[in-house]
Amino acid sequence: MQPPLFELRDVTLSRVGEAVLHGVSADIPEGAACIAGPSGSGKSSLLRLLDRLVDPARGEVHYRGRDVRSYDVLALRRTVSLVPQLPALIEGTVADNIEFAARLAGRSPDVGFMLEHAGLDPSFADRDASRLSVGEQQRVMLARSLAQEPEVLLLDEPTSALDEQARASVEETLLRLRRELGLSYVLVTHDPEQAARMSDWVLRLALGGTRA
Amino acid sequence: MSAPIDVSLGQLAATLTLVAIAIAVSIWVHVDLERDIAVAVARSFIQLSAIGLVINAIFEEDRLVFVIALITAMVLFGALTARNRARKVPGAFWPLLVALATAGGLTLVLVVALGVFEPEPRFLVPVGGMVVGNAMTAAAVALNRLGDDMRASAPRIEATLALGATAAQAALPVMRSSLRSGMIPLVDSTKTTGLIFFPGTMVGMLLAGADPVEAVRLQLVLLWTLLGSVAIAALIATSLAYRNFFTPAHQLKDLPE
Repeated sequence: MQPPLFELRDVTLSRVGEAVLHGVSADIPEGAACIAGPSGSGKSSLLRLLDRLVDPARGEVHYRGRDVRSYDVLALRRTVSLVPQLPALIEGTVADNIEFAARLAGRSPDVGFMLEHAGLDPSFADRDASRLSVGEQQRVMLARSLAQEPEVLLLDEPTSALDEQARASVEETLLRLRRELGLSYVLVTHDPEQAARMSDWVLRLALGGTRA
Repeated sequence: MSAPIDVSLGQLAATLTLVAIAIAVSIWVHVDLERDIAVAVARSFIQLSAIGLVINAIFEEDRLVFVIALITAMVLFGALTARNRARKVPGAFWPLLVALATAGGLTLVLVVALGVFEPEPRFLVPVGGMVVGNAMTAAAVALNRLGDDMRASAPRIEATLALGATAAQAALPVMRSSLRSGMIPLVDSTKTTGLIFFPGTMVGMLLAGADPVEAVRLQLVLLWTLLGSVAIAALIATSLAYRNFFTPAHQLKDLPE
């Protein structure tokens, strides 16, 4: 039997001595999955567990049937690419950002193509990344993750700073990548409608970091 | 050429008039520094007198082992002092100790190997003291900046780690700005030397009756030597200390504010 994409076994996570997740267990399947819940329920922390930006205080996280700690952590993060909620680009142009990410994964990207994938015009390539709007930066973050050609995208509220039109464009991009490339994604959202639109499977977290 | 200056205890006591002015200003403008000024004056008298006796003894013995012992003690106290200024960097003592020891040791070996100074206590003690002192200041400033910037840039660093970058790759921009902060004060003062201020060695030599050209040459030797040692100290301190912000799995540690 095919193992789930991610498996959480009785996971507890603390930050600065404060518990964020309490004994969460779940099998996240291949395909389009969502983690939903109110602010403070530990959605973003759970996403960070999946590519080992943090390790649980207790419990285990598995990726495709193996404990994430058994993978080379850098290779894991290039395969399971996390796009944080707040844009945090490196200094330089948009192209510098995309090329930096691609180089880490040993790829040579078509920058314009990646920008179009993320819903931005290719003319953005030479723009200074720090001078973009938050919404534009968010899409550059997505483009640079796509430039790594990952197997899985972990998306933390990827449309939170976008207007209706840009949100629809990013959602369409993700659904198309899923359809055409078979890319799996785990999307964190506080919006139940987006969770319903964008996923086949939803994990709901309650306040206090327990499974709802 | 005038005779070398010989400062009597009476002349030394007379300069306390200037200290009294500093204390009067502090009291008059309510800056609340009079106690600190008094402590600073007392400490400078005791510490310099003590080190003067130690240096005198080392010069009389004329053995390199005593020079090494003195420089080692300076490195140790320098690392302890700099650690207090770099409180936001976890485990800062060891990076500072290695940085100061390497900067001090390597600089002294180089100036002797290049034939700039003879390997004698009368050269190595003052040069070593200056090198360790400046290296300490540079390393402390660099790590102070590192502590602030690692916190301020945490989201960007973690976003870079999330792409599969190593801790070193993710911290590189912060390390660059820290290194720059550590080196800039000396670079700036080297740029303006002779224009805005006369550096201490030159002033000391002129007061002692030396030829101005000789004084300038020695001052340049020291300034240029210090540039190298400060770069070594700041580079080693930041290169070792940044690691303390990460786990072996290239994860950014949770840091208390």
